[in-house]
Amino acid sequence: MAGNFITTSFEAMLGWGRKYSLFHYPFITACCGMEYMSAACAHFDIDRFGAGWTRFSPRQADLILVVGTITQKEAPILKTVYEQMAEPKWVIAVGACAVSGGIYDNYAVVQGIDQIIPVDIFVPGCPPRPEMLLEGLLTLQDKIQKEGHDWRWKKKTT
Amino acid sequence: MQDPSPPTRFAAAARPESLLINMGPSHPAMHGTIRIMLELDGERILNSEVEVGYLHRGFEKTCEARTWFNLLIYTDRLNYVSPLINNLGYAMTMEKMLGLAVPERAQVIRALMSEVSRVSDHLTCLAAMAMECGAFTAFLYTMKAREFLWDVIEQTSGARMTTSYIRIGGVRADLHPDYAAHVAKALVETRKVLKDVHGLLDKNKIFLNRTRDVAVMSQEDAIAYGWTGPCLRSTGVRYDVRKAQPYLVYDRVAFDVPLGERGDNFDRYMVRMLEMEQSLRIVEQCVALLPKAAPGLTADGMPPAEAITEARRQKSGRPIRLSPNLEGSEKAVSKDIMAADGGAVIPPKEETYTSIEGLITHFKFFMKGHGIRPPKGEVYFAVEGGNGELGFYIVSDGTDRPYRLHLRGPCFHIVSALESLIKGRLIADVIPTFGSMNMIGGELDR
Amino acid sequence: MEEKDDLSALRAAWPGDILDAGTPFGDATIVIRPAALLAVMGALRAAPYSYTMLLDLTVVDYPDRPERFELVYHLLSIPRNRRIRIKLSVPESASVVASLTGIWKNAEWLEREAFDMFGVRFEGHPYMKRLFMYDGFEGHPLRKDYGLRHRQPPIPLRKP
Repeated sequence: MAGNFITTSFEAMLGWGRKYSLFHYPFITACCGMEYMSAACAHFDIDRFGAGWTRFSPRQADLILVVGTITQKEAPILKTVYEQMAEPKWVIAVGACAVSGGIYDNYAVVQGIDQIIPVDIFVPGCPPRPEMLLEGLLTLQDKIQKEGHDWRWKKKTT
Repeated sequence: MQDPSPPTRFAAAARPESLLINMGPSHPAMHGTIRIMLELDGERILNSEVEVGYLHRGFEKTCEARTWFNLLIYTDRLNYVSPLINNLGYAMTMEKMLGLAVPERAQVIRALMSEVSRVSDHLTCLAAMAMECGAFTAFLYTMKAREFLWDVIEQTSGARMTTSYIRIGGVRADLHPDYAAHVAKALVETRKVLKDVHGLLDKNKIFLNRTRDVAVMSQEDAIAYGWTGPCLRSTGVRYDVRKAQPYLVYDRVAFDVPLGERGDNFDRYMVRMLEMEQSLRIVEQCVALLPKAAPGLTADGMPPAEAITEARRQKSGRPIRLSPNLEGSEKAVSKDIMAADGGAVIPPKEETYTSIEGLITHFKFFMKGHGIRPPKGEVYFAVEGGNGELGFYIVSDGTDRPYRLHLRGPCFHIVSALESLIKGRLIADVIPTFGSMNMIGGELDR
Repeated sequence: MEEKDDLSALRAAWPGDILDAGTPFGDATIVIRPAALLAVMGALRAAPYSYTMLLDLTVVDYPDRPERFELVYHLLSIPRNRRIRIKLSVPESASVVASLTGIWKNAEWLEREAFDMFGVRFEGHPYMKRLFMYDGFEGHPLRKDYGLRHRQPPIPLRKP
């Protein structure tokens, strides 16, 4: 995309605004939820990165944190929730089960949520330490900063 | 083969003039994933149906494809707020089948770690229950205490949550030399938090209105539903596996079993609060039963490669400097933390490096087709989990894999009573009721 | 009553229906005919046996045996502080067992799980619907002939 001074500054400001005010939707299913709770609480504190507000409605959330195993039964629900979110939206897959099915390679578990929805950041671990989740969030913030204004309609499809 | 699924009886029985609402499976108060379908008249629940299975991860079928040693990692992820107790249940069931004698020190370490795990289970349960009723401060305080408890577990086992620390035959590694200081700090902080939470919630008018006399369960119904653990004790029935069929060192430590009276949400909350204090008492007594700390890694030994080369000719008896991630499992301590049976436990690394018998034992333990071989038969053993009687039913056909492994998950039975508890109540009562049950998806759905 | 007294008393009360009784690994176990299930369970729940709680119901699949499914019930007596295991076997062609929902309330979900995972049906159950697996799932996963990785995705999966 053509960059001149005004549009790049605008994109920089937009990126800055978006990355430091993420409202996240914790789609928690399993054990990784415990580490998410630790990351959200006082010891590790996700709020200092601007992402402290949990929004339990997909309409109000920018970021969906898929935390824990997604089973085949849960897959339609994850897809519905993702589609209900308004643009711009990002997805972080937290934990080995969300990334790739984890230790569960069987009839009941989806082998990675990227088989259902597009994913921006993968945070591996079983469960990942809270610091790893925060690093995933910081990596996403870098990504948001670098992405331009009209990337979304060109790149991502369901 | 087509299995015709009948329509849900909830949908079939729903009246056309009432409001049908779906709670879950992705819902802040659903502790993971469970779906409650509600039929409402205004705010009053006329009928409900609970749908589970959203976290069914095929634990039992996967375990049939794994070796006895390997499937330990899956047991961590069952009741994932108290993972060490699941490890313990599985390990003790296998020890019953194999007839292993676990050393005394390992028993005390296991009891200590189980109780630390139990306290973190109750803290998480009450944190979620309080937060969903609006008491966010209680959530933050209890999470703070949980961090100190997880520091204790992490220092010894290396992981905060899913540790696979308690193994068949004993524990993976001895306690860290400085563990007593961490435990003392965790006890002080947890007791401070418990005192604060008591002060915030016990006489809090709002909390009492939401939990007192809400979702009352009678003793007969609780037993008919198969309730065990804190939920059963809140109705007044005195049944705790640690007292009824003592295992580990629970017959040697003094602790009380708190009972409730009315079986309502508040009693379930209070029983858990009092149980945490009792668990901390047990932890203190376990620390007193372990006088000496582990010696720690030998800093001035020879590296393993040199030891292996030397052992080909002659054994000098010089100590070996093991890798830091093997700390706690050296030969000097292994007789205290692991059973002596060569077929069921990993031999200490010094033996593996320097003697042919040790090498072959190690090889046979891990090689596919070899490994632990329990006798043919079936066995059931239960421990007191965070939610009640956590039982493992294992069928062995003499090979290196289980023929059938079944978990008796306590919260399966507790949640099966949810529909009857919320019928006729307001929709807002679902939240503290469900929170006080401590549904853990990994244990419910397996 | 001692555990052996329990087993011998049960043998005496149901001479034709109790096929085996013993204590493997220390667990009191009896094997009964499926037809006697309701009678035996009702008696075990009442005094003097007082096994008031149904702890667990599970199924084990033995495809090589003529009676393929072995149902295993675990009962607990809180006043007497002991457990007992009751087993019975049914063939695949007639895998119907009497339901215990009239005796214990948690039997409803336990029997739904047994149906879902193994296909064993329970006569008299008010709501025989799958518990864990989703609508549209075909087959019974815990049977030995169901492949571990045999997936049936309910929604089409995208290529990652």
